[in-house]
Amino acid sequence: MFDWRWEFVWQITPRLVEATGRTILAALLGYGIAMVLGLFFALAQRTRFKLVNKPIREFVEFIRSTPLILQIFFVFYVGPQFGVMLSPWPAGMIAIGLHYASYLSEVYRGGIDSVPKGQWEAATSLSLSPTRTYYRVIIPQAIPPAFAGMGNYLVGIFKDTPMLSVIGVAELMHTANSIGSEHYRFLEPYTMVGVIFLLISLPTAAVLRKAEVKIRRKMGLR
Amino acid sequence: MKPTVFHYPAKLEGEDIPLVRFHEVTKRYGDLVVLDSLDLDVAEGEMVAIIGPSGSGKTTVLRMLMALEKINDGIIYVDGEPLTHMSRNGGLVWADEKHLRRQRLNIGMCFQHFNLFPHMTALENCIEAPVQVLGMSKADAIKRAEELLDMVGMLEKAHEHPSRLSGGQQQRVAIARSLAMRPKVMLFDEVTSALDPEVIGEVTTVIRKLVHKHNLTMLMVTHQMGFAKEISDRVCFFYDGKIEEQGPPDQIFGNPKSERTQQFLSAVLEAN
Repeated sequence: MFDWRWEFVWQITPRLVEATGRTILAALLGYGIAMVLGLFFALAQRTRFKLVNKPIREFVEFIRSTPLILQIFFVFYVGPQFGVMLSPWPAGMIAIGLHYASYLSEVYRGGIDSVPKGQWEAATSLSLSPTRTYYRVIIPQAIPPAFAGMGNYLVGIFKDTPMLSVIGVAELMHTANSIGSEHYRFLEPYTMVGVIFLLISLPTAAVLRKAEVKIRRKMGLR
Repeated sequence: MKPTVFHYPAKLEGEDIPLVRFHEVTKRYGDLVVLDSLDLDVAEGEMVAIIGPSGSGKTTVLRMLMALEKINDGIIYVDGEPLTHMSRNGGLVWADEKHLRRQRLNIGMCFQHFNLFPHMTALENCIEAPVQVLGMSKADAIKRAEELLDMVGMLEKAHEHPSRLSGGQQQRVAIARSLAMRPKVMLFDEVTSALDPEVIGEVTTVIRKLVHKHNLTMLMVTHQMGFAKEISDRVCFFYDGKIEEQGPPDQIFGNPKSERTQQFLSAVLEAN
């Protein structure tokens, strides 16, 4: 009943390794988009202009309350109706980037809120402009408390990349599916996908924990 | 909507204009009146100590002058120029953020909890604003910061982060940081209140130096009556958002006229 074939494992390893590279690329690209966009969302929600902060807040809330897979389908299949024709990769990156930007914006917000009021007042009393205050004083102090949350979402986005397979992004899951249907064997490819995710997620989480301690120390924070 | 136009003088002129003038300044938080039509002049080179019970509005005076919060009524002048207002179409309107930022350059403030930037060293704290705001070259800013850190006795610790400094040391760095902007007025907001008793002296020594050697104009909110008596030219006793009594320290501490001043001082003396 338990029929594990090693020679099949060796046969499909090169394809899966190649797909792993694409999965990592997708996760990093998506995360890069999410980091930048998330910061924009977080700062936009803090402006005094209601015309900016209200819609952004609603948008973030909307994204966080609907499933990622729906958002992926929406960008890829509904986009063309509005004249936005995207191939799987850009569509996937936009969808997953937006999704995680919404989560990261909340992490940033928590980090920014954790900076004491006195820091804003000191910056004001030294006549630093709002931009300088954010860039030089507030954000550097907001990152260490936000770091743990940011790390969780990095692992999270990595684990969510298989959802991109539904629109044909040839990442790890998509490749495992193809192999399975070509050879009528699913045990080995799916097991290997699980092991690969584990082998990447666990060390990443450990490295992030170490990095957090290092960053705090380097910034002179305890 | 047209902005409200005020008809205060757009500039104070004359021989003996004060460096700081509060004219009928009122500050409210909702229904609570924190400053009640306050008039206060501070001359150049004067050291004014502000004392009074908590909630009397003494810290608010400094926060208004630093423009950390907006006033509800009246006007504040610094060096003859309106701080809280700016000229528009022949009158004065409430100042915008840009005007406030420019006017804040005249004023330096030290806080009860120091508020040093924890991710920067003592030296970096002192050069940040001179480089970013005044546009000084980094080399010039460092030279000046080192002189100031030396003056407050913190040059040895110039490359330490605040978390590795004691409260007294942090406060001395904070004083150097404010001075690096060459303010015309320095504000001290209970700068020794958060310190352990044994390190209060190192901060008061620095302030003493500023008074005797540098003749800086200062406003100091304090609970240290002995220090206020020793160092100030004038003491203002605040009560209920108003100056209840003011005068030379000998008069306020030796022979207070107001009953409230007497009560406050005897309560403070008893507690010590």
